[in-house]
Amino acid sequence: MKITEKEVRYVAGLANLQLTDAEVAKFEAELTGILEHFDRLKEIDTEGVAPMAQVLFASGETATLREDVPVPPLGNDAALANAPVSGAGYFKVPKVIER
Amino acid sequence: MDIARLSIREIRESLAARRYSAQELAAEALRFAQAENGRTNAYLHFSPERAMAAARRVDESLARGEEPAALAGVPVAVKDVIVTRGVRTTCGSKLLEHYVPPYDATAVERIEAAGGVILGKTNCDEFAMGSSNENSAYGPVRNPVATERVPGGSSGGSAAAVAQGTAVVALGSDTGGSVRQPASFCGVVGVTPTYGRVSRYGLTAFASSLDHIGPFGRSVADAAALLGTMAGRDVKDATSADAPVPDYAKLLDGNVKELKLGLPREYLKDLPGETGDLIGRAVQELQKLGCAVREINLPATDYAIACYYVIATAEASSNLARYDGVRYTTRAAGETLQEMYRNTRGEGFGAECKRRIMLGTYVLSHGYYDAYYLKAQKVRSLIARDFAKAFTEVDAIVAPVSPFPAFPLGEKVDDPVAMYLSDIYTITGSLAGVPCMSVPCGKTAAGLPVGMQILTRHFDEATMFRLAHAYETRAS
Repeated sequence: MKITEKEVRYVAGLANLQLTDAEVAKFEAELTGILEHFDRLKEIDTEGVAPMAQVLFASGETATLREDVPVPPLGNDAALANAPVSGAGYFKVPKVIER
Repeated sequence: MDIARLSIREIRESLAARRYSAQELAAEALRFAQAENGRTNAYLHFSPERAMAAARRVDESLARGEEPAALAGVPVAVKDVIVTRGVRTTCGSKLLEHYVPPYDATAVERIEAAGGVILGKTNCDEFAMGSSNENSAYGPVRNPVATERVPGGSSGGSAAAVAQGTAVVALGSDTGGSVRQPASFCGVVGVTPTYGRVSRYGLTAFASSLDHIGPFGRSVADAAALLGTMAGRDVKDATSADAPVPDYAKLLDGNVKELKLGLPREYLKDLPGETGDLIGRAVQELQKLGCAVREINLPATDYAIACYYVIATAEASSNLARYDGVRYTTRAAGETLQEMYRNTRGEGFGAECKRRIMLGTYVLSHGYYDAYYLKAQKVRSLIARDFAKAFTEVDAIVAPVSPFPAFPLGEKVDDPVAMYLSDIYTITGSLAGVPCMSVPCGKTAAGLPVGMQILTRHFDEATMFRLAHAYETRAS
């Protein structure tokens, strides 16, 4: 499948990726090549085959449940310690609401 | 003491006999690893304070007359996609250049609880995406066996550290071959356990339905010991399995007589030159040990690369959405929130991560979901079914790890399709979720290591280790 420049820019927008014009041109060619390979999936018959979303193994029905006991949370300071910009106990971002 | 060739067993015996203390060993291991790192760039950063504190706890325990724990005093390297409290964890990405995690991965906690001494964090492809370690924002790792060549990826730093002797064992992560392939390129043992065997709590997510933590060692026994300390249910990871963990060391008895081994026809038909010869010779050795070998079919193999790269990139595009300049990454300027997101991600991610985010977003986007993602999940069922059927006929599958040995740095960076195609022998086991490992099986004429892959049934790492150990210790 040939992917167009317009599609590359659309997908980059969905993915929140700012691409340079050179990157757009490069991805147009590269993604086309890779998607051509992906297209071979069409050759194999999967009629009646269930999709596999996860590796499943035999286990008790409640094996993934745990006791509902409170544990101390990370804490505000630790959670904010790696934020590029924070203040007053919050993550700070550019203004999102206009008055 | 030859610091570069130590084994877990030797360390335990030496500590018990008071030939050296855990702190003396840790100090020497740190000195050696730091001095040698320039040759390979295997470590990104060291954690001397944490290492010395862990070693001190081991010495205190020994002073109280306690038996050395399973990894007492053992120098361990940890791939930099696995979080370590208070020790920088970059995932090989510029975005996490300054990230200092506030918590430990469960695997890290368990290693230290067993007396392990974490020396530092190892280099890797950015967010574990790559097969050559050339996608690290901090420069490639060089293969210690041949420094003009790649160590494999994405856990290239961990494989190189163990091969070079700057760690006794190491942790890697494997999504489509990222432990086994570098193990094969560097001539060490690398293990991808059953999906769910080791908690992924604290492993930076790449493709959640495929991600594993796995150990490296210079011997099967060392890699098995490391797996044994990490394995088992963890309430912090709902996908971790509640399956009993055997004492692997006790099962390495050398007895593999009448074990039934399968050779996949699909893997061997195009296997080139020296790699094919070395695998063929290894199979003959296994027959001499008493194994019964037969050919088997894994008919969906031809579709595995496409299946894997659709699923892995789709999951990656979703998992990597969190790196947005708000909570833990660096941030680029932007007038609006969305502009800030886009600039942060556009400037912060390297080329391979961008490529995979683009592919994953595309295959999940409106109009393509059924044709790619859903179709790939159905093909994944067929691949898993192939393995389930094969394991009704044989106890283990023997296969190559990579179609070729370590290649020169720079040789494949401009050809992503060729790079993806080289993952063919490792991704099938990942998709099926079965345990698999690479064990060294000789060298090419140019002296480059080649690994043989062994795959077994879900949760049957014991048979895999027994076979690999019997092969490793065979009378040659």
